[in-house]
Amino acid sequence: MCLKGENISFGYKRNNLILNNVNISVDRGEVLGLIGDSGSGKSTLCKILAGYENNHKGNVIIDGKKVPSKGYNPVQLVFQHPEKAVNPKWKMKDILNEGHIVPQDILDSFGIKKSWLNRWPNELSGGELQRFALARSLSPETKFLIADEITTMVDAITQAQIWNIVLDIVKELNIGVLVVSHEKNLINKLCDNVVYLDAINSVN
Amino acid sequence: MSTAVVTVNRGVFRGLNLRQKTLLMIGLTSLLLLTIVVSSVSLGEESLQTDFSSKNLSPSTEHPFGTDWMGRDMFIRTVKGLGLSIMIGAFASTISTILAVILGLLSSAGKTADSFVSWIVDLFLSIPHLLLIILISIGMGGGATGVIIGVAFSHWTGLTRVVRVEIKQIKTQEYIHISRNLGKSRWWIATKHIFPHLIPQILLGTILMFPHAILHEASVTFLGFGLSPHEPAIGIILSESMKYLSAGYWWLAFFPGLSLLIVVLAFDMIGDNLGKLIDPKKAHE
Repeated sequence: MCLKGENISFGYKRNNLILNNVNISVDRGEVLGLIGDSGSGKSTLCKILAGYENNHKGNVIIDGKKVPSKGYNPVQLVFQHPEKAVNPKWKMKDILNEGHIVPQDILDSFGIKKSWLNRWPNELSGGELQRFALARSLSPETKFLIADEITTMVDAITQAQIWNIVLDIVKELNIGVLVVSHEKNLINKLCDNVVYLDAINSVN
Repeated sequence: MSTAVVTVNRGVFRGLNLRQKTLLMIGLTSLLLLTIVVSSVSLGEESLQTDFSSKNLSPSTEHPFGTDWMGRDMFIRTVKGLGLSIMIGAFASTISTILAVILGLLSSAGKTADSFVSWIVDLFLSIPHLLLIILISIGMGGGATGVIIGVAFSHWTGLTRVVRVEIKQIKTQEYIHISRNLGKSRWWIATKHIFPHLIPQILLGTILMFPHAILHEASVTFLGFGLSPHEPAIGIILSESMKYLSAGYWWLAFFPGLSLLIVVLAFDMIGDNLGKLIDPKKAHE
């Protein structure tokens, strides 16, 4: 089972393509790293793969089928800024359980404390919020996780902590992960394979 | 640090924090307005009886606002007039809000609907308020209904724009995309994610529309296009008193005008303080 992007081309403006005929594929259970310079279209590619952006050419395919536009999307995207990914008017427990009821053992492994659940998003730090965002997106229905610079805002120790947890859960649930980062060391440590997205857009 | 605390706690309500002060302010002003409405409803017609033995009296302890040329107590007339104004304001702003919310929601339905709503907002904004109210009021045959509909139909534009922009802004947020990816329907997102953001805007918009509605009601009535002369409206009181100002009966215009100002300011204060309470960014102040 694998997530494939076939011949994806996309531009925010006409005649100004950001992605040109990009092919990428992530297997289930695989951890794939994606490196690229700023502005090379990494985040745009992530958005297209997760179905956030629909005006692209080419196909996003899971197991030879197109991703359904309605219902739970098996491709979940987690962003760099967790504070933007939560509704500021919701309590943390509602945010956490929006997709599915997150089991207690996942909360424990992420180190999410019970007392956090009754707080508002603006009362938690970025690292704490990112744990919520990850726990929310790792449901049994999730087949692929796209991590777009998810640990850029935390220090090295927390970064290692979060990634260890994520990799454990991902292995357990057999989820394919696409890791996007600027940090080559991190990518080398985490990933089975690495692809490089350069500005002229071909994946090597 | 200590100086900051001292400056915050200066003023009338020493020893209360800002939240308590805000609540107290809302409570007091609401109580004042409620008292006016209740007393104006409970005061019967007989309290406004003409008494030619006590006409044109200047303010005293018996008649705090004085009496008019027919011996009616100006205080009671003012209270009744303000009560009527507040009720008309309530009706008008409620209708206005309903219109604004419907049109604001409609504008998020699609591009054509959006440009239609923008066009109709611009159309109504391009006509001067007072002129529009007078036109509608006359068209509806005058009286309270005419004024209410006139004010309601000319005050929805601002709130419609606020609702429209708010929806547009929230729709582009990342948590809306995430919610859709978590398999939530459009209706679910609209009610659970977007609507809670609109409630404070709608509530504040309605309350801040009140003073406008009251002032416009008074001015239209003052000009003679609103309520009929036998009703105890502030606009009627003010326009009648104009005839007697040159005779030195200043209290006929001064106290009703001042009361109108206080009521309008009270609504403004409720709106401002409520805004402070509702805004989550200010929740910890």
